[in-house]
Amino acid sequence: MSDGDIAHDGVDVGGGTMRFPADAVLRLDSGGRIEGLEVAYKTYGRLNAGRSNAILICHALTGDQHVASRHPATGKPGWWDKMVGPGLPLDPARHFIICTNVVGGCMGTTGPTSDNPATGKPYGLAFPMITIADMVRAQAMLVEALGIERLFAVVGGSMGGMQALQWAADYPERLFAAVCIAAAPRHSAQNIAFHEVGRQAIMADPDWHGGDYASLGVRPEKGLAVARMAAHITYLSEPALQRKFGRELQRDGLSWGFDADFQVESYLRHQGTSFVDRFDANSYLYITRALDYFDLAASHGGVLAQAFQRARDVRFCVFSFTSDWLYPTDESRAIVRALNAAGARTSFVEIETDKGHDAFFLEEPVLREALRGFLDSAAQAQGLPQGLSQGLT
Amino acid sequence: MTAVGVREDFREILRLVRPGARVLDVGCGEGELLDLLAREKGVDGRGIEISAQGVSACLARGLAVVQGDADRDLDSFPAQAFDYVILSQTLQAVLNPRHVLGELMRIGEQAIVSLPNFGHWRVRLDLLAHGRMPMTGSLPEPWWSTPNIHLCTLRDFTALCDDLGLRIDAAARLSEGRPARPIDPSRPIENWRAEAGLFLLSRREGTARAPAAPAKSDLFG
Repeated sequence: MSDGDIAHDGVDVGGGTMRFPADAVLRLDSGGRIEGLEVAYKTYGRLNAGRSNAILICHALTGDQHVASRHPATGKPGWWDKMVGPGLPLDPARHFIICTNVVGGCMGTTGPTSDNPATGKPYGLAFPMITIADMVRAQAMLVEALGIERLFAVVGGSMGGMQALQWAADYPERLFAAVCIAAAPRHSAQNIAFHEVGRQAIMADPDWHGGDYASLGVRPEKGLAVARMAAHITYLSEPALQRKFGRELQRDGLSWGFDADFQVESYLRHQGTSFVDRFDANSYLYITRALDYFDLAASHGGVLAQAFQRARDVRFCVFSFTSDWLYPTDESRAIVRALNAAGARTSFVEIETDKGHDAFFLEEPVLREALRGFLDSAAQAQGLPQGLSQGLT
Repeated sequence: MTAVGVREDFREILRLVRPGARVLDVGCGEGELLDLLAREKGVDGRGIEISAQGVSACLARGLAVVQGDADRDLDSFPAQAFDYVILSQTLQAVLNPRHVLGELMRIGEQAIVSLPNFGHWRVRLDLLAHGRMPMTGSLPEPWWSTPNIHLCTLRDFTALCDDLGLRIDAAARLSEGRPARPIDPSRPIENWRAEAGLFLLSRREGTARAPAAPAKSDLFG
């Protein structure tokens, strides 16, 4: 098993930052444009001679490209080390695994923390509004720049799952398979509502300064921490919270005040304060907005199946979790229904778990084995040799 | 290749399905039948399966399978998406067999349905002799734990087909361990001697009729 950084397991780890020339403009759904786009990415494994073994992993709202290697800011293991690594379903011995930081992010890809070429200072709120489709467009530019015409698979959970769907809608000819885990075809009113709480918390922080905090050398840490705390509750199920914390106290007896008496409070505070070490408040505003704007059917005449009309030849696998109330199973079923209506080759598994939305990157053997089965058989169908780079690792 | 050690009902389905057809197997388990149909008939197969483990096993076989159940999830498929929809030994276990049968015929050009026959002589004899719910080879569980909540006889089933405006294109009787035998399901003797029946159904011209008056019942039917 990996220690959280598969470079230690002898896996080829690559990546860096791809700087696109100024004329390679990223045109955005909002009408805005980004010139001189930079895309930060990591790769694991080697691209085969036929360039047919590439898998793009799309990260979730607060994820990044460090899918299987230690996070440079926190030192924590890669966020999907349960799924990516030697002997795991996404195996660098067989696949060339790519993960990019999304556009609008804060881990190296162009986003609100990047310098605005017009002013030479960080964009802040001058950064154009972005969408899930824009994120996918930037990924497509990177994939093309890496010399890959067609991905073997696009895989993602949560916001990453939405990107996988967007890939299938926008570039069906550029992928063989798509995996969408714990996602939705659009943001619900409840999803938007929770995000709005987070955004308001950030913007209410006096250190936010209308988004210009970077030039003033401060950070709206309190607001961002509160945003994270509220969001984090939506990633867990009530039974999981109850099992983990119940009404357990931090110390003996109540403080009869507003200290973190309950363990669950202390846990949430920790989630909030540790989050600000690795994430930018403006990025959080932009990416949550991109999620709220996501509605795959709306951009296809209001009919979700229309989004997948050209994706009939893509092999889809959709996963949901029974206890996920952020993107409940019904949302995945809506995706499956649309894929079936479009005549796409679709599989769907609802995983029984009480871990809530976050189950997708926790230890879930049923998910792991189902994903392994799907990818292995897809590789076989695509004619991808198994164990093709044996000896390299 | 001839399938060896294959369930007799699978063997009969294999015989009925035309090569290269689009097939949906409702309640596909671990995908044995779909696998067989893909290998021997080159069908483009899809499945619905209620358990995550079953779906997982299907995925490992390279099959496209959606987790769901016959009562709830057939509506996710568009009309006439398949040449055949297969429902094997499941109709008696669904909540609303009439609706499910209607859905099968909406989704598929033809349906292949198999079900245990509650009119089999052993079932009748068991009930007559002991006065208790029969337990036989094809109905092995006691009444309080059986998943079979809508048992019927072959005559009941053909009456429902009639009611729904369905035509029986082929029928066979299935008996434990013996090859399927083609039957004329309207013959009363078949309702005595078939342990289970397998039907190939298609829509008659026109729409479903209003419920027909119950057929005359007699002791020997």
